[in-house]
Amino acid sequence: MNWGSWEAFWAMGGYALYVWGSYGMTVLCVVGEIWLLRRHRQRTLATLRRLNQLSQ
Amino acid sequence: MNLYYYASPATFYPLAGKLIPWFVALTVLFTAIGLYIGFFVAPTDFQQGEGYRIIYIHVPAAWMSMFIYVVMAFWSAIGLAFNTRLSFIMTRALAPTGAMFTFLALWTGAFWGKPMWGAWWVWDARLTSELILLFLYVGFMALQAAIDDTRRADRAGALLNLVGVINIPIIYFSVKWWNTLHQGSSVKPGSSSMAEIMLWGMLVMAIATWMYTIAVALARSRTLILERERQTEWARAELEGRA
Repeated sequence: MNWGSWEAFWAMGGYALYVWGSYGMTVLCVVGEIWLLRRHRQRTLATLRRLNQLSQ
Repeated sequence: MNLYYYASPATFYPLAGKLIPWFVALTVLFTAIGLYIGFFVAPTDFQQGEGYRIIYIHVPAAWMSMFIYVVMAFWSAIGLAFNTRLSFIMTRALAPTGAMFTFLALWTGAFWGKPMWGAWWVWDARLTSELILLFLYVGFMALQAAIDDTRRADRAGALLNLVGVINIPIIYFSVKWWNTLHQGSSVKPGSSSMAEIMLWGMLVMAIATWMYTIAVALARSRTLILERERQTEWARAELEGRA
């Protein structure tokens, strides 16, 4: 185990900004991508259903 | 097993749907193991202190950013040669994820560069060629969005990818060809300049990014397939919830 306490873990030996800035942005990007993917799918499905109804 | 069978959008669509949960589960599993190794098992670096722990995301993201582009170029070539619809769909499905990993490679690189080099950014060959990769991804997506005719958009995008792939060896070998501030590769076939446990953490995280990319690309391809096949009987059934 590397860390004596949670404080030490979050402090990252003085590199907290850089380490958590990197991982934080990664989480943000992944969550954002999944959210956009879902929204795109729902919108596309709604549009396609409407288009198919019109062409029937 | 006939590969052509799964190359048809109608059969690929349900298959992709079944595979996605597995790849999501593998992503979560490998991320958990990788981060555990990276933060709790691997020791502090004797030169870079705890700041080195950025590599567990930086290196996998940078690898993926290049690898996804090569895969896109591969599908583009297949699509242009055999006119297979699914290849163009896969190319399109991969682009946003590739762009995301390129951005993350640059971002995490900047957050590593600031404490280690004293600069967020330098116009070094490695960094500059990676930035060009980001522009190539964005250019591809903009091109797809700008052309209404799907077939023409597919072909134009494929051509761009085949020209753009020249940038990949430039990024990869940039640290050899030029004097760069960016360090040379720590991982080489057959030898590695890293402690073994650090290397393992990085490799497990790299597998996690693979699993993530596959899951997200499959999900995106499903939407693209429905968009293109909406007038076929199976797509209608799927859209109306009859499937």
